[in-house]
Amino acid sequence: MSVLLMLESEAGKLRKSARAALAAARRLAGKAEHKIDVLLFSGSGGHDGQQAAEEASRLPGVGKVLHAPTHPLAEQAAPFLAQHARNYTHVVAPASATGKDVLPRAAGLVDVQPITDVVEVIDEATFVRPIYAGNALATVRSSDPVKMLTVRPSSFEAAEGESETPAPVETVQLSETSQARFIKRDLASSERPDLESARVVISGGKGLKDTDHFHKLLEPVADKLGAAIGASRAAVDAGFAPNEMQVGQTGKIVAPELYVAVGLSGAIQHLAGMKDSRVIVAINLDPEAPIFRVADYGIVGDLFEILPQLQEKL
Amino acid sequence: MKVLVPVKRVVDYNIKPRVAADGSGVETQGLKMSMNPFDEVALEEAVRLRENGGAAEVIVVAIGPKATADTLRTAMAMGADRAIHILTDEAAGHDGGIEPLAMAHLLEEVVKKEQPGLVSIGKQAIDDDMSVTGQILAARLGWPQATFASKLELLPEGRARVTREIDGGVEVVEVSLPAVITADLRLNDPRFATLPNIMKARKKPIETIEAGSLGADTKPRLETLNVREPAERKPGIIVSSVEELLDKLKNEAKVL
Repeated sequence: MSVLLMLESEAGKLRKSARAALAAARRLAGKAEHKIDVLLFSGSGGHDGQQAAEEASRLPGVGKVLHAPTHPLAEQAAPFLAQHARNYTHVVAPASATGKDVLPRAAGLVDVQPITDVVEVIDEATFVRPIYAGNALATVRSSDPVKMLTVRPSSFEAAEGESETPAPVETVQLSETSQARFIKRDLASSERPDLESARVVISGGKGLKDTDHFHKLLEPVADKLGAAIGASRAAVDAGFAPNEMQVGQTGKIVAPELYVAVGLSGAIQHLAGMKDSRVIVAINLDPEAPIFRVADYGIVGDLFEILPQLQEKL
Repeated sequence: MKVLVPVKRVVDYNIKPRVAADGSGVETQGLKMSMNPFDEVALEEAVRLRENGGAAEVIVVAIGPKATADTLRTAMAMGADRAIHILTDEAAGHDGGIEPLAMAHLLEEVVKKEQPGLVSIGKQAIDDDMSVTGQILAARLGWPQATFASKLELLPEGRARVTREIDGGVEVVEVSLPAVITADLRLNDPRFATLPNIMKARKKPIETIEAGSLGADTKPRLETLNVREPAERKPGIIVSSVEELLDKLKNEAKVL
């Protein structure tokens, strides 16, 4: 087995999802002598990517690093990935915005059916993935010569360790394209932990009433818990929180140790993004809210009273 | 410029589907079916382009058995000018057993015939949650792609500026046309079909093509070994105070 693992950097460093994707790649590679090569895109955000390349070269079990210090435009990245894919049995990427953009396009060039959002690797050709907003788990076997998949980072325990001798790093250039041009990126800057890898997440819904309360009530509690803040789609649509904070089928998929759902009902689409959390707490005025069906601990009550109490007692 | 909008008929988003007892799949028989919500957004964007002069014609295309024609009628009531129905075998189920790769192969044939300047498609279908068809289609056509679009502006000289939803925020890209755009929910609020428009849609044409006659490779690459329910969470408890909650989180769940 041989695996090509596509990774990306953020702010000059390897993204947190890299080690979870590596764990999935190691399941596929099987024996230690089977190789995992990394294709790293580091061009996002004005950093030169040297630190990310260095980090990637020290990931355990990596044979070599192909370092593309460019922004991963799908029109450039996919042909490169497709061209190299034929030398491997598997191509793996985290199910991030970049992974979901580039890998299926590469699969289209190789003419294989990609398998996305894999949550479990059964064997080299058999994978488990959620369907219908996580209401069912499908086990599928691929007959394609190269298996191309994205893996859900929250479903794999991050691979730990460093290799003593760094793998060789080869800088690669992608061919130019006139078809697409990167203009700019606007990233929300936050001191808080990254939503997808946070140990604790506190999420707010429409019950917080307005943007002001969303921030004033959730932030102090999040500070005390060291938590990332998430939001339901209703809260995002109402403008309480930016899109990138949305948890759910169409937003982020999280599986923290503790998920605190505040003033959100728990629609199917929201549950899809958080129901694999280890412990779920729900705070809601409506005892019939579906969120209580998945919550380990629930408080039926007014969040405008409960959150300040929580803040005080933490 | 023509805009081609592929739409998919799926189990309505409000319905929690049940897994078949024999683990062969998800029960869809008798459930309410609707247009995939992301495709409604992709369609709305195309109709707006026609209304503001950016596009001359909006063509919808769907792949599936006979009942898929209902979804195409809905699309035309929302403003599409005409429809193409790629008819699949009734016995193969509501999705015709067509995987996204095969779907892209079929759509590729339609694109070659219709020569649209833009393909506007939903970013994912809410049944298989694959999120790959637009990217594969763009790859096969050799066209640029702008996925997870939350804003689309047509520029002069056959280019489009697209704002994309990415992990930490948004990104802006420019692509040359023809291109494939995949719609995020933020792109717009789809309109409802009004009764007069539903009546008018009955007169709009649907061209039906047998899937097999397009000469596309639709052989499945994946075999579904089984479909199961995810593990049920054990029932939780309702606590009566913040103190009790914190006590449970510390001493029982040990997460604090």
